[in-house]
Amino acid sequence: MKPWAYVKANLSISSMLAWQDVKQAYRRSAIGAFWITASMAVQITTMGVVFGIIFRTSLYEYLPFLATGIILWSWISTTVNETCNSFIAAEAIIKQLNVNLAVHVARVVLRNLITLAHNIVIIPLVFLVVQHPLGWQLILLLPGLLLVLANLSWMGVVLGMVSARFRDVPQIIAAIMTIVYFITPVMWKPELVPENTAHWLLGLNPFYHLIQLVRLPFLSIMPTAENWILSLLLALFGWLITWFGVNKFSKQIAYWV
Amino acid sequence: MANIRLQNVSVEFPIFNANGRSITSRILEVASGGRLDKDPSGRVLVHALQNINFEINEGERVGLLGHNGAGKSTLLRVLSRVYHPQKGVAKMDGDVSSLIDLGLGINPEATGRENVFIRAALLGLSKSEVAARFDEIVAFSDLGEFIEMPVRTYSSGMQLRLAFAVSTVIQPEILLMDEWLSVGDENFKHKAEARLSNLVNSAKILVIASHDRELIEKTCTRVIWLEHGTVRMDADVKKVCSSYFSQ
Repeated sequence: MKPWAYVKANLSISSMLAWQDVKQAYRRSAIGAFWITASMAVQITTMGVVFGIIFRTSLYEYLPFLATGIILWSWISTTVNETCNSFIAAEAIIKQLNVNLAVHVARVVLRNLITLAHNIVIIPLVFLVVQHPLGWQLILLLPGLLLVLANLSWMGVVLGMVSARFRDVPQIIAAIMTIVYFITPVMWKPELVPENTAHWLLGLNPFYHLIQLVRLPFLSIMPTAENWILSLLLALFGWLITWFGVNKFSKQIAYWV
Repeated sequence: MANIRLQNVSVEFPIFNANGRSITSRILEVASGGRLDKDPSGRVLVHALQNINFEINEGERVGLLGHNGAGKSTLLRVLSRVYHPQKGVAKMDGDVSSLIDLGLGINPEATGRENVFIRAALLGLSKSEVAARFDEIVAFSDLGEFIEMPVRTYSSGMQLRLAFAVSTVIQPEILLMDEWLSVGDENFKHKAEARLSNLVNSAKILVIASHDRELIEKTCTRVIWLEHGTVRMDADVKKVCSSYFSQ
């Protein structure tokens, strides 16, 4: 098979399995997968109102910021957490069929992308409700999304492999992601960090840059060169490590799961 | 030319949650026949296969005999390219498919149709290939309108028919089986037997693990007897069967 046909065939299996997973979770429910959208909308509205009051900010400013933050964060953190189990959950298939192992990671990544697609429709609604305009910077959304996706994918492969071998890793990652949630400006604005701490709290936090890449285009702001370069470097460096790791360990995954 | 060649193949399982040699592992050794050992860092290793050498040429029908735990399933997994041996070389020329767990990947909440597409994709068929053969699969499984219903509403016979119909759409050069498939109800049996025989006959190489003397004598041209993860005997059917079944 030609390389492209091979990739296409495997992507088709992954997306089929990903859609199954999404459908599976909402089978026999009346509105089905739109529960994803509905529960996210409820969460954003509640948090928006509560934090709007606490922080004494206008909803016009805060709600778009919060909506983009929560939606992106839930995409990123759920992908990271779930890819830990991508090989473990596919044990039965891995031990019996010679299916490319990347399929199992791609399935989880795509599943979360589908969830994101359900959630992202909330963003224009929020902007409409608070009458916040969208700018031309929105064209940077797509490259931003792709770069985040590229980063989540390598993280998924690495985490999937490490977790298959060391079963404590999914728990550790879950704990780390909770910490990252609090130290990343998802709900609180990055401007609130004092100048001298911002450098290491935000500058060294890869998830901050990844979120900025996708959030700022919605808020009519250009992501900074720093956001772009660090995210790009993270992707390059990450895929390099992944490539070595896959070469060295992928043949052992069947024994680990 | 389809061909299988194994040279000095060894497969070891690291067991990460066992602490060294305990009484249970001694018992395991006696009961299962697999050999347990420690690697240099003190981890427990199960030697599932040790130094396996053989070559299977096109046209051969090979039976695998051996007690439970002798390494038959592990060997089938090596042949299906699921397990990459830690030592030695396993070379399979030709596309390999296994008919082992028919129920694999069947999702009870999904409809019959969805399951057909997923299962067939896992077996390596493209969407258009499945679409082209979909009607045939449905007709073979006798499911009719039920193909649009969730599989959980099926009787166990219907589930088996669906799984059988999808699993046998493949046409591999090297076919691996773990026991002959039993295919449930009387009406379906003849049809299924015919299809299975057809699949087996058109495969260039068959490797089947079994405990059933009659089956092996009927199907195979050669038998490999595994014991404790090594080849105890590799010869024609008559010779191996008479020594294996007389012990």
